[in-house]
Amino acid sequence: MNEYVLALIGGGLIGLSASIFLLFKGRIFGVSGIVAGLVVPKKSEFPWKLAVTIGLILGGWATLKVFPSLSPTIEGMDPIRVAIAGALVGFGTQLGGGCTSGHGVCGISRLSVRSILATVTFMTAGILTVYLTK
Amino acid sequence: MKIFIALMSAILFAAGLAVSGMMDPANIIGFLDIFGDWKPALMLVMVGAIAVHMVSYKFIVNRKSPLLDTKFHIPTKKDIDLKLIIGSALFGIGWGLGGFCPGPAVASLASWESPIFTFVGSMLLGIAIYHYLVKPLISKG
Repeated sequence: MNEYVLALIGGGLIGLSASIFLLFKGRIFGVSGIVAGLVVPKKSEFPWKLAVTIGLILGGWATLKVFPSLSPTIEGMDPIRVAIAGALVGFGTQLGGGCTSGHGVCGISRLSVRSILATVTFMTAGILTVYLTK
Repeated sequence: MKIFIALMSAILFAAGLAVSGMMDPANIIGFLDIFGDWKPALMLVMVGAIAVHMVSYKFIVNRKSPLLDTKFHIPTKKDIDLKLIIGSALFGIGWGLGGFCPGPAVASLASWESPIFTFVGSMLLGIAIYHYLVKPLISKG
């Protein structure tokens, strides 16, 4: 299928799952905050945050089983660059209070000014980084 | 039931990430490369996700409460501060360097490739550094 159609369908699924999560649990589906709950555990929130993390891994595994072509391209990745990238993503999302899911999808959907600013900022920083490092 | 919903919605979320192409860092880099060989398709992931969630959000938060909790836990912070901007900028730099944001990185763990483990491991370290070392300093002012 065309990559544009797949992007739209995939986006729709992301929006749908965030909606199911909000309807049942009353919470924002923000992955950086949820994963942080495994590093800085709170007793009442740890079980469901762990369940979301396991669900993400299971969902990724199942989808890649069915569509192996969607697998990440990891050839030629420099481990040091990957490690620096991971640390920046971990630290930055905590300082900035969210990532692509929490700010980008959930925040913009409820027209939060903070989230719109955060999204513009991380998109701009990402674009400049690719421009300067490619 | 709460755990079941958390698990199922995360599975659906990861399927959406994979189908949309977000799980391939080469796609992310291509999407961010607007001055080079730009691949705009991922823009439609945001469009699709926000279109669905913006409409359902209005209906859902009009309810008295979510189905499995007594109240909603929607973020209420409104302040635009340096933490928001600097944090998002650092995140964006990492995103452009590695091609992963947190959701796709975690969802890719099952591909069992070592760079993904490196990325997620250092991401957890970055999270820990913030919460255990930097946050106490900031809140002391």
